Amino acid sequence: MRGYFVGAGLAIAVATMATGAMTTQAMAQSEIKIGEINSYSLLPAFTEPYRKGWQLAVEEINAAGGINGKKLVVISKDDGGKPADAQTAANELVSSENVAMLTGTFLSNIGLAVSDFANQKKVFFLAAEPLTDAITWSKGNRYTFRLRPSNYMQAAMLVEEAAKLPAKRWATIAPNYEYGQSAVAVFKKLMSEKRPDIQWVDEQWPPQGKIDAGPVVQATAAANPEAILNVTFGADLVKLVREGNTRALFKGRTVVSFLTGEPEYLDPLKDETPEGWIVTGYPWYSIKTPEHDAFLKAYQAKYNDYPRLGSIVGYQTIKAAAAILAKAGSSDPEKLIAAAEGISMPSPFGEITFRKIDHQSTLGAFTGKTALKDGKGIMVDTAYRMGSDYLPSDAEIEKLRPKD
Amino acid sequence: MAFYVVQFLTGLASAASLFLVASGLSIIFGVTRIVNFAHGAFYMLGAYVAFTLTERFSGAFGFWGGIIVAALAVAAIGVLVEMVLLRRIYHSPELFQLLATFGLTLMVEDLVVLIWGPDDLVGRRAPGFKGAIEFFGQNIPSYDLFLIALGPVVLGVLWLLFQRTRWGVLVRAATQDRDMVAALGVNQKWLFTSVFALGVFLAALGGALQIPRDAVNHAMDLRVIVEVFVVVVIGGLGSIIGAFVAAVLVSELNAFGILIFPKISIILVFLVMAVVLIVRPWGLFGKPEAPARRTPGLTVNPWRPLTTNERLAAIAVLVVAAALPFVAGNYVLTVGSEIAIFVIFAVSLHFLMSVGGLASFGHAAYFGLGAYGVALLAKMAGLPMIACLLLGPLLGLLGAAVFGFFAVQLSGVYFAMLTLAFAQIVWSIAFQWVSVTGGDNGILGVWPEKWAASPSHFYWLSLGIAALAVVILRIIVFSPFGFALRATRDSPLRGEAIGINGKRIQWTAFVIAGTVAGLAGALFAYLKGSVFPDNMGISLSVDALVMVLLGGVETVSGAVVGAIVYKALNIWLVSQTDLSKLVLGGFVVLIVVAFPKGIVGTLEAFVHRRRKSSSSASSPLLTSRIESAE
Repeated sequence: MRGYFVGAGLAIAVATMATGAMTTQAMAQSEIKIGEINSYSLLPAFTEPYRKGWQLAVEEINAAGGINGKKLVVISKDDGGKPADAQTAANELVSSENVAMLTGTFLSNIGLAVSDFANQKKVFFLAAEPLTDAITWSKGNRYTFRLRPSNYMQAAMLVEEAAKLPAKRWATIAPNYEYGQSAVAVFKKLMSEKRPDIQWVDEQWPPQGKIDAGPVVQATAAANPEAILNVTFGADLVKLVREGNTRALFKGRTVVSFLTGEPEYLDPLKDETPEGWIVTGYPWYSIKTPEHDAFLKAYQAKYNDYPRLGSIVGYQTIKAAAAILAKAGSSDPEKLIAAAEGISMPSPFGEITFRKIDHQSTLGAFTGKTALKDGKGIMVDTAYRMGSDYLPSDAEIEKLRPKD
Repeated sequence: MAFYVVQFLTGLASAASLFLVASGLSIIFGVTRIVNFAHGAFYMLGAYVAFTLTERFSGAFGFWGGIIVAALAVAAIGVLVEMVLLRRIYHSPELFQLLATFGLTLMVEDLVVLIWGPDDLVGRRAPGFKGAIEFFGQNIPSYDLFLIALGPVVLGVLWLLFQRTRWGVLVRAATQDRDMVAALGVNQKWLFTSVFALGVFLAALGGALQIPRDAVNHAMDLRVIVEVFVVVVIGGLGSIIGAFVAAVLVSELNAFGILIFPKISIILVFLVMAVVLIVRPWGLFGKPEAPARRTPGLTVNPWRPLTTNERLAAIAVLVVAAALPFVAGNYVLTVGSEIAIFVIFAVSLHFLMSVGGLASFGHAAYFGLGAYGVALLAKMAGLPMIACLLLGPLLGLLGAAVFGFFAVQLSGVYFAMLTLAFAQIVWSIAFQWVSVTGGDNGILGVWPEKWAASPSHFYWLSLGIAALAVVILRIIVFSPFGFALRATRDSPLRGEAIGINGKRIQWTAFVIAGTVAGLAGALFAYLKGSVFPDNMGISLSVDALVMVLLGGVETVSGAVVGAIVYKALNIWLVSQTDLSKLVLGGFVVLIVVAFPKGIVGTLEAFVHRRRKSSSSASSPLLTSRIESAE
C-alpha cells in the first residue's frame, strides 16, 4: 500500500516542477534574462534596499531601450542564507530559465558556492556584495567578477587613517566567522607594516548574531587598549555600542570600524551613535556629484525613501551586468568574459572599471567619522576612496590567484 | 579584583535574561511534554510588541506598562495557539507537537518582517536605568543590576506559585505523572492551557526586557531557542531551580571563558551540556523519568513486510521514477537527485526514531561528516569518486560510533539533546578548523567525475542508492536485530529479561543510522560540488526531524513520503514566493491538524479502518488494536 503513496507524492512533486520548467520556454527571443540570487529572507534589512536598487536599474535600462534593443528581465531568487539552496536556485536559473548570467549574493560562503558553480557549469557570474578576498584571489576563477570593494580594500582604506593615530595598544572585536577573521587578519597585517611599533593587546570573537555584549565589552576594557578595531555589524553592533556606551568603553579610545557608516548599520543606532569612530560607509546626504545626484533623485522619486548602500550595490550590479551584455552583444559566456575584462562604466560613485587581472571592480567606498546630528548618526569629514588605489600590486595578485 | 567582580555581575545579568525565557520553556515541557519550538518565536513577538508599545507611550509608566502589556498580549496569543492547535494533537505521537510549533515559528519569522519591516529596531532605554554605577573604576549598567535582581524575584514568585497554591500542586503532580492527575478527575485541558500561557508570558517578558539592550529583529527567535533548550536540559527538565542554576553556570562560564579563549562562546553551552549529560544523565536537578507508558515508536497497526502486490507496486513506482530523465529537464533532475538524497537522510533518521525509539536532534552531524569525508578524500587525497563515495560515509560511521556510545546511555529528550550537543561540537570543529575544513567558506570543487556528471546519470545514481537504502533498512527492521531493537524500544525491562543487550543493540542502530546519513551526505557533497559547515547545522537536523514526523513516525517507511513532500515543497516555495517560510509553516501546521499521525500514518489508519469494516474475515492479528505497550 505504501508504494502507492510514495508514487503519488513523487508524481505530484515531478508534475509541479515540470510545468514550471515548460512554461518559460515559450517566451520570445526579444528579451535578455539575468538570474539574481540573494539572501532576501535571511537578511531583509540589507537585501530590501538592494532589491529596490536593482529594480530601479532595470526600469531605467528598459526605459532607455533595453540592451541592444532587447528588453532586460531579472529573475530573482531567495537563497535563505544557505549555500546549498543558493546552488539549487542557480541551477534553476541556468537550466530552466536559461539566463544569460548570474548576479547577486551577499554572504561570502554563498558567493563562493555560486562562483564555484559558475566555474563548473561555465556560466558568467557577477558577485554583488560578498566581501571575501578569496572570491577574486585565492579561489578566483575566470567566470566570476565582483563589484563591491573587498575586505582587503576596505581594510586598506581604514589603515590609511588608523596609521595616523598615536595609539599603540590595539584591541579587536570581530564576529567569529570568515568575514570577521579575514578583516582582522588583513587589518593587522597592513597596520603592522605601516606601524611596526604597535601592539595587539586583546582580541574578542563573539559568535556572529549572538554577541553577549556585556562580558565582551568588559573583557576588552580590561586589556586597556588605546584604540579598538570593530568588525561587528547589524544587531551585534547595536548591542556592542549600547553596552560600550554605558560602560564607557569608548571614552578616550579611538574606534576604527568596518562598514559602520553604512545607513543599514548606522541608522538603527539613532541617538546612541558613538561619535568620532573612523568608519567606511555611504554618506548619501553629503555626496555632491552629478552622477550621485541623478541616482538619488531617481531613487527618492520612485520609493519615497533614501538609499542605503545596498541600493547602490543592487543598482550598480544590474547596470554593470547590462553594460557587459551590451558590449558583448551575445550571451555566450566566453564573449561576456572578454567584454567584462577591463570594461569601464559610469556609476553613482564615478567611473569604475572591472580589472582584467583579478576581475575586481574599482568601485570605492567612503571613509569618514561618525557624528550625531539631530538625534541621528551621520558620517562627517567624508572622502571617497577609489578602489584602484587600495589594491595590492599586480605581482602580488598573480601569486594569490590560481592560473585559469 | 574589581574587574572580576564586575565580570561576574555582568555574567549574572546575562543569566537573568536567559533564565526568564528558559523557565517558561521548562514549565511548559514539564507539564505538557511539548517540545515547544515556538518558544523563541514568542520571545521575539514579546520584543516586537513591546517595542511598538514603548515607542508609542512615553514615560516610565508607558515603558514598564508597555513591557507588561506586551507580555500579556503575547500570552493571549499563546492561549489561542494552545486551544486551537495544540489541543488537537496531544494524543499524537510524542514530538509531533514539535512539528506544529516548528511550523508556527516559520510563520512568525515572515510575519514580523511583514508587520514591522526588515530593519533592526532599537528601542528606548529603561527609564531610571539608563546609566551605569561606578564600582572601583569599573562601570556596571544599572539595567544589569535591575536584571540581576529580577531573576531571583521571578524564581521566588514561581516557587511560591508552585509550592503554595492549589494550581501549583496540580502542575507539580502533572509534571510527575500526567495520567494519574487525569485519573483523579482534574480538568487537564485548562491546566495545560494555563501552564502554556504562563510559559509564553515568561518568554515574551524575557523578550520585552531585551529592548533596552538589544536590537529587535526577525532572527531573535533562533538565536535564543537553542540556547534556552540547552539551559533547561542542563538544569533538568521541569526544574525551575535547575534552569536558574544552569543559566548562571552557562553565563558565568562564558563571561570568564572569553578572557582565556575568546572564541569559546560559539560552542560553550554545548560543551557544558555534553559534559553535564554524560556525568548526570538527567541534568543537574532533574529526576530520572518514570518508565514511559507511551513510546514514540508505538504502532497501532503492527508492522509487517510488504505483501507481494505492494512490492510490485513499489517496484512500479521506482520504475516510473527511474524514467524521469526521459521526460524532464536538467533542473528537475537535479532537484530529483536532491530529493532522493534527502530520502536517504530521512529514512536513516526514521530508522533510529521509529524502530529504535531514539529521536536524534543532531542527525545532520553524520550527514555532514559523510560530506566532509568525501570532500577531504577528494581534495586532499585525490581519490576517485567511487572510492570517495564508499569511504566518505565511514567518517559518519566513526562519528556515530563515538557519539552514539555516549548518547544511547540516555533516553528521551536527554538523548535528543546530547545528540544535538555532539552535532554542534562537530559543527564548530568544521567551522573553526579553517586550515583543514576551510571554515565557513567550506571546501569547493568537489564535483562528480564524468560518468556521473550529467544530471540524468547523477539522478539515477542517487535514486538507486536511495532505493537500496530503503530496502536494506526495511530488511533490517524485519530481521532478528530489528525485532530486538523494537523490543528494547517498547519495553527495555522485558527486553533485558529475555537476554537482549539493549544498549548494544541501540548503539548498533545508531551506527547504522549514522552511516546511512553519511552516505546521503557523501552524495550531497557531489551534488552541490562543495561542502559547508551548514551541512551539519541545526537547521538540517530539524529538517530531517520534520520529514520523519511529516511522514509518520509510527510507520515503517513513512519518512520516504515525508522527505519527498517536504523537500519538493520547500524547493518549490523558495523558488516561487518571497514568503516561503510563511506558506511552508502554514502548510506544516495544516498537515499537523489534518494528518495527526503524519501523512502515511494517517492514511494507513484510514485504509486500515476501511478494510476492517469491509471484511471482518481478515486476519485477527492485523486488525486488533493495541492500546498500550505495557
